[in-house]
Amino acid sequence: MAPLMKVAVIQFPGSNCDTDCQAALLSFPGVDAEIVWHKETSLAGYDAVVLPGGFSYGDYLRCGSIARFSPIMGAVRAAADAGVLVLGICNGFQILCEAGLLPGTLLRNNGLLFRCEHLHLRVENSETPFTSVLHKGQVLDIPIAHGEGNYFADPETLAQIEANGQVLVRYCDASGNVTPEANPNGSLGNIAGICSHGRNVFGLMPHPERVCDPLLGGSEGRGIFQSMIEAVQKSKS
Amino acid sequence: MSNPAITPELIAKHGLSPEEYEKVLSILGREPSFEELGVFSVMWSEHCSYKNSRPELRKFPTTGPSVLVKAGEENAGVIDIGDGWAVAFKIESHNHPSAVEPFQGAATGVGGIIRDIFTMGARPVFLMDSLRFGSIEGDSEQAKTNRRLFAGVVAGIAHYGNCIGLPTIAGEVYFDESYSGNPLVNAFCLGILRHDQIARGAAEGIGNPVFYVGAETGRDGLAGAAFASRELTEESKADRPAVQVGDPFREKLLLEACLELLATDAVAGIQDMGAAGLTCSTCETASRGGTGVEIDIQLVPQRAKGQTPYEVLLSESQERMLVIVKKGREDVVKRIFEKWDLPYAEIGKVTDDGMMRVRNGNDVVVNIPARSLADDGPLYSREAAPFTPPAPLDLSSLPQADPTTALPQLLAHPSIASKRWVWRQYDHMVRTGTAVLPGSDAAVFIVREANKILAAATDCNAIYCKLDPSVGARIAVAECARNLACSGAVPIGVTDNLNFGNPHKPENFYQLRAAVEGISEGCRAFGVPVTGGNVSLYNESPAGAIDPTPTISMVGTIADAAHITTQAFKEAGDQVYLIGEIGNELGASHYLLAIHGRKEGAPPALDFDKEIAIHNALLGVIRKGFVRSAHDCSEGGLGVAIAESCFGNSLGASIDLGATDQRPDVVLFNETQGRIVISIKASDAATLEKELSVTGVPFCKIGEVTANAELSIKTGTNSCSWSVTSLNEIFEGSIPKFMES
Amino acid sequence: MKAVVTVMPKPAILDPAGVATGRAMEHLGLKGVRSVRIGKSIEIEVDGADEKQLHEIAHDLLSNPVVEDYKLEIIS
Repeated sequence: MAPLMKVAVIQFPGSNCDTDCQAALLSFPGVDAEIVWHKETSLAGYDAVVLPGGFSYGDYLRCGSIARFSPIMGAVRAAADAGVLVLGICNGFQILCEAGLLPGTLLRNNGLLFRCEHLHLRVENSETPFTSVLHKGQVLDIPIAHGEGNYFADPETLAQIEANGQVLVRYCDASGNVTPEANPNGSLGNIAGICSHGRNVFGLMPHPERVCDPLLGGSEGRGIFQSMIEAVQKSKS
Repeated sequence: MSNPAITPELIAKHGLSPEEYEKVLSILGREPSFEELGVFSVMWSEHCSYKNSRPELRKFPTTGPSVLVKAGEENAGVIDIGDGWAVAFKIESHNHPSAVEPFQGAATGVGGIIRDIFTMGARPVFLMDSLRFGSIEGDSEQAKTNRRLFAGVVAGIAHYGNCIGLPTIAGEVYFDESYSGNPLVNAFCLGILRHDQIARGAAEGIGNPVFYVGAETGRDGLAGAAFASRELTEESKADRPAVQVGDPFREKLLLEACLELLATDAVAGIQDMGAAGLTCSTCETASRGGTGVEIDIQLVPQRAKGQTPYEVLLSESQERMLVIVKKGREDVVKRIFEKWDLPYAEIGKVTDDGMMRVRNGNDVVVNIPARSLADDGPLYSREAAPFTPPAPLDLSSLPQADPTTALPQLLAHPSIASKRWVWRQYDHMVRTGTAVLPGSDAAVFIVREANKILAAATDCNAIYCKLDPSVGARIAVAECARNLACSGAVPIGVTDNLNFGNPHKPENFYQLRAAVEGISEGCRAFGVPVTGGNVSLYNESPAGAIDPTPTISMVGTIADAAHITTQAFKEAGDQVYLIGEIGNELGASHYLLAIHGRKEGAPPALDFDKEIAIHNALLGVIRKGFVRSAHDCSEGGLGVAIAESCFGNSLGASIDLGATDQRPDVVLFNETQGRIVISIKASDAATLEKELSVTGVPFCKIGEVTANAELSIKTGTNSCSWSVTSLNEIFEGSIPKFMES
Repeated sequence: MKAVVTVMPKPAILDPAGVATGRAMEHLGLKGVRSVRIGKSIEIEVDGADEKQLHEIAHDLLSNPVVEDYKLEIIS
């Protein structure tokens, strides 16, 4: 029987969260998730692509700056252009920005220290293939772990993404208020994740794959993956 | 360029005594070459040979039905955890390099211990660390230095662990004057493997090729080595870095490549290059295999020009492994190391003559029997000074501090205060296995692929060890086991990091001997083997030696996820019980040190039978599903333990410790051992009491959890109360306050 | 006064970032890359400081003398 969703989890030299993403995806019945080495050049047959977290190329020079030239990125770009779902988590988000598949860039946390902790995100737009099972205003408990998560875009770009509803999740407090205190890294507009104009590319700094199991800190990350499954099913019917 | 002549000064500068040099002459039957002098010097150094401590270390219990690889056999011990799965774990220090360059010293310490684990064929899954510094309070030059060292070490561990993708899930940090100038950085790593994946570091198979894989060799670590064949001018000093720089990205690639390589059948033996780099790995693999190894320095990948054989042999460049490959399977190494973009080179072969032989092209520069370097080095029995146990604390000499102010002061002491500032810098969730995050008694990690639940803790109260090393060491083992019990785990093995001063001083050597004997007694009592560990000596400055610090790390298993227990009170209305005695031993306590500035008295007594009975009683009621939280009493006694239990969920507690003629400060802050604070649902009270009565351990109900965030504790006729919110602010705010100013 | 302080890893010190970047250059088609070393350039504009003070700052604050060297250039 064909899987509900076949996902390629890209493994770059230095990716750390590849097997974590794969395990989270495999916890959904009917989902097939494979690790794909960065030197491959084709993503034919995959319904979705995940660029996982980690320290590709050690984060040397700039985070994601070397991975964006990996051979697989040609296929990732082609997939994005063809409307395939592309999800970039943490380092994956950084790589998508370096590759120009998402606007803006991630700078060093304004507190200058690496931060690993649970925090809250508010869903800003539920009309995307990544957030469809969630509702606008919903508060999710999802952890971060990064030293360079400070989202920046120039004022014109920022205005555009806000106006186009491309901001999908923002850092907030437990009650859903978007405040400076709830912002762990100085991101403009408390932006934690954005999508492309076409809606099929989504990058976020927090790690939904770390909250897909109640034994390991909660299940609030499952909504993003569930939305993807439904979007893929819809596109096939 | 010719080598310097071997003179008595040169021999002395290489750290060899005249007697040791005589031994070299008799082993070789001739004078050593300059390179051979360097090889003996480094292999017979304390750091590599444990010549001052090995006779003592033989006292550790190292065998048992679950031991698959025992201490001393390989780079790390391996313990069976059932269903064909096993764990390899070890702790190691990098104290002296961290004092010089805290970031790289700590980073390379983490890198080294990780290599020790994957060289066994295990996939590393988590890290812990035990750190000690001088006081970070105030504006003295020393305090500023201590803050810089603390920040640098934590940043270094974070940098390496985060980049390589391993979660640091537990640890301890202590601040005490005795560590000023001598910080301690002990790093622990645990890896998981199947029984049939155990890899050994022996040069097996005559004629098998020897491969070097990993980063290129540079002059790292050679600043300390006083010599090369050139004179040390100002220019050449610049060529010798004082520190090794770690490259965690390289090590991530090396880890993945080595595990991939080990999954093929191409490997006969594998060994990491740690202390004494290429020299150590070459002679140790030969010694273990009962064979010889011959290598050619000119084939070694190098990143600096014009390195002499001496320099290449003694370099401590990081992220390198030695692999003995089965003849005919060289192509497997090529394929895998080219995939991962790592340097590799065939540099020699396994021989049958038992020699470590190093060529420089056609010239033989080293030809030494391998066993004499690795196993048959010098051993010394040092003198231990006679020890007088400390006099018990004279309570009448101690003014009573008001608990209302003493408790917040204790919670503010950086050794007790929240370490969130530290562990928030570590990615403690990567590998999606951390079931209990830092901040509870023990960390709990679920190994998905093996369907096994592990727990781990690391402990050492050095004040106890300073005042009575034998008791302190026994308590370190007991405290680890108690922390594991509080998480629902049963201990399976111990690794130790012995940090002491100069062993030539009899009072220091007594501490080492007594600590080893205490640890051995503890391990035998708990039925757990010591799987390996590390010794770090000469931790002293002109001001004196560090407090003896035998750090213990203990690993346990939890049979069922339902047993996983954490330390925070869960709900108002829950009943609070104390398993163990109320206690009254204030000697060597943190209350005495932090409030009264006194480090004296006898440490609390430890009775292993009583301790084990209490742990078993706790595990019994945890398994029956009654226990909603469990937290053991340690520094700061009941007062601190109960306050900490309130913090996690911002709850309060109303506690009555019963009628007593003891002083309130004695009741609240004594550090009597074998005590655990638990909370249960009110409806389970009767059943819990029945279950605990059967075990025969002392216990009593002490109060209940309340919704208003207020903590009140009654002792005898005395009553104190505190706002939990304020106590928590002090607890959480202490270290950030000192570090962010 | 305008000055630029350039901080580089000491020559014998391993520069992991430089190594990784060098390999990436090779993968992008640049042949024969022998060495890449990455440092920082710190641009300072300050009133009334003298060169000796800037050297002290460069040595004590802007660089880590254990692993880095610095060069101070006064622009104006």
